[in-house]
Amino acid sequence: MSQSQSAIDQQVSQPYKYGWSTDIESELAPVGLNEDIIRLISEKKKEPEWMLEWRLKAYRHWLEMREPNWANITYPPIDYQAIHYYAAPKQTKALESLDEVDPKLLETFEKLGIPLQEQKRLTGVAVDAVFDSVSVATTFKEELKKYGVIFLPISEAIQEHPDLVKRYLGAVVPPTDNFFAALNSAVFTDGSFVYVPKGVKCPLELSTYFRINALATGQFERTLIIADDDSYVSYMEGCSAPMRDENQLHAAVVELVAHDNAQIKYSTIQNWYPGDEDGRGGIYNFVTKRGRCMGASSKISWTQVETGSAITWKYPSCILEGDNSIGEFYSVAVTNNHQQADTGTKMIHIGKNTRSTIVSKGISAGRSQNTYRGQVKIMKAAENARNYSQCDSMLIGDQCGAHTFPYIDVRNSSAIMEHEATTSKVGEDQIFYCKQRGLSEEDAVSLVVNGFCKEVFRELPMEFAVEATRLLSVSLEGSVG
Amino acid sequence: MLEVKNLHSGVEGVEILKGVDLTVKPGEVHAIMGPNGSGKSTFAQVLAGHPAYEVTGGSVTFEGKDLVEMDADERARAGIFLAFQYPVAIRGITNAYFLQSALNAVRKDQGLEELDTLDFAELLEKKLEMIGWDDSLIHRAVNDGFSGGEKKRNEILQLAVLEPKLAILDETDSGLDIDAVKEVAAAVNRFRSEDRAFIVVTHYERILNYFTPDHVHVLAGGKVVMSGDMKLALELEAKGYDWIAGEAAAVAG
Ligand SMILES: Nc1ncnc2c1ncn2[C@@H]1O[C@H](COP(=O)(O)OP(=O)(O)OP(=O)(O)O)[C@@H](O)[C@H]1O
Ligand SMILES: [Mg+2]
Repeated sequence: MSQSQSAIDQQVSQPYKYGWSTDIESELAPVGLNEDIIRLISEKKKEPEWMLEWRLKAYRHWLEMREPNWANITYPPIDYQAIHYYAAPKQTKALESLDEVDPKLLETFEKLGIPLQEQKRLTGVAVDAVFDSVSVATTFKEELKKYGVIFLPISEAIQEHPDLVKRYLGAVVPPTDNFFAALNSAVFTDGSFVYVPKGVKCPLELSTYFRINALATGQFERTLIIADDDSYVSYMEGCSAPMRDENQLHAAVVELVAHDNAQIKYSTIQNWYPGDEDGRGGIYNFVTKRGRCMGASSKISWTQVETGSAITWKYPSCILEGDNSIGEFYSVAVTNNHQQADTGTKMIHIGKNTRSTIVSKGISAGRSQNTYRGQVKIMKAAENARNYSQCDSMLIGDQCGAHTFPYIDVRNSSAIMEHEATTSKVGEDQIFYCKQRGLSEEDAVSLVVNGFCKEVFRELPMEFAVEATRLLSVSLEGSVG
Repeated sequence: MLEVKNLHSGVEGVEILKGVDLTVKPGEVHAIMGPNGSGKSTFAQVLAGHPAYEVTGGSVTFEGKDLVEMDADERARAGIFLAFQYPVAIRGITNAYFLQSALNAVRKDQGLEELDTLDFAELLEKKLEMIGWDDSLIHRAVNDGFSGGEKKRNEILQLAVLEPKLAILDETDSGLDIDAVKEVAAAVNRFRSEDRAFIVVTHYERILNYFTPDHVHVLAGGKVVMSGDMKLALELEAKGYDWIAGEAAAVAG
């Protein structure tokens, strides 16, 4: 393994490409968390009274909660009073159009490959760009309106569509759900809101790009997507952060609601700063993502490629309430150096003939720890439920760890459950075989790893698939092609 | 083309090859036979540059270059091809993609333009036609779930695409049914040429009937103990290796 290992090590030490920061004056909330800070956030966002109440209630609940400790991760205690809960690039007046956005911000997103200016925009993709605590710009807003699709920063949706927000916010992940969800409910600053009306197939891919910039701030975004009867939407989420020596907290909540016959495809490329080789710095990523298939024959599909963050704690889940509804989870989680990932999914079968598919690929390198944690629950009423789970782990080197914790809870005997799990090592023989055909060591490693992830990558939208392959090569070795 | 002199090699301090000599000229076919565990595969792997085997003595040159100094991928790009006794599976990567990547790596090294997917598909079709095989293996993942025979054929398909200068076939005939041996041998025969050499490791003279060697060597105990022509292969088939042991001892005096 020595030769392959050295090539991998070499690739591994490639610098994090998104580690630069934007020098921009920001407006920071005072450090720490109390009811006044929450009032300040709510005021900054010009929120109605009910929203503030909702936040305060969540906060009071959070105060009673304890941080969970069941995940297979270790980290020094987080000082929740040492974080700024609001950071926004300074701007003197309300923006009328993109022309008034600070050019530094536009540059920032352009450098990240997300041009926001009209003439340079990505075709076929509408983007909401979130910088620290605020949404900077949302493209194609007007075009989408023609189809009745609402795609807005959630802070604007609270003002413009209070009825929808009131009805659905917390309907999937209640503010009391867990420690991090409660915290998010109290202090969330921005994120995206999507509503796709009955019978509409959203004509564009919707996408949000999250960028943490300010020092010692947390990012707490909130995303809410509602697909009404017979609608379809594909949504993509990307993110990155500067390299900093101290850890930064990211605690997001994403809620999806699919009504009768509706379909939501949610894809994530998570590339928060992972920390350096010695495990210094990096983002603590504690995220609650959940979808409710409320309607009959609805479908929610999660696809995630997790390459970043020092710690990832994340279980995108589906509650399959509607009869014949479908939940899917496709995941690639890559850990390297000292990264720790504890990720997986929950599939809760409630309706009849509900089906779920779980395909998880964990790749561990360096001294990292990679854990799959999944739960499949078949409730009493879920006649003829089916689940297929496949959890594959791949180890690169011998100092990393892969762990699999599949929990199964079946309360209806008509359920059909299939579970497959494999663990493999990127073997010297595989690498040698590729090299014997003329491929360089890096190409060989990436070929093997890429092949391993194929079943997940093919679920990604085109725009993302290329990015995912590229990212994988940066975080592991040189050249996944 | 290939010059092996007094080659010593082993794994973790255990010597397996104990002074192998072999000279291969362009256009020649050399058969290597010998009992199980005599070091045939080791010899093939050492020539291909498997990192597990350390060369502890002697020399190997290929077209004047010191092979021992070259990494496995450099050797491959220089024109050395090994058809593995036990081909390795790569999940999720189609044969077509794998072959295209490999061919392009070689072409790039030779300063040739890389082939795009369409051009490659065309080339592949021609090769398949040439060896008379269908494209059923092309879109499957490399050796993943292949039968023993399919794996062996796949190695030959790779040979056909990569057109190496020196092809080493390690028991490509083992595990093939009688008709398949004939078919595979015929395919390999198509690539026999004045400037291409073959080293064929085998236990059976059957494949050699279809693919006649210029030289036959017997490897035993990590050394070439006897060399001859096709007659030697027939003799081995009839008498087995015990006979050789006696002869070799007699030769050694
Ligand atoms: N990587 C290795 N690690 C340990 N021992 C090895 C290794 N490779 C080869 N050997 C040993 O070296 C000897 C020669 O093996 P080799 O595979 O070269 O034989 P062979 O002539 O190809 O045999 P067969 O006809 O059975 O294929 C055997 O004793 C084998 O166990
Ligand atoms: Mg052998």
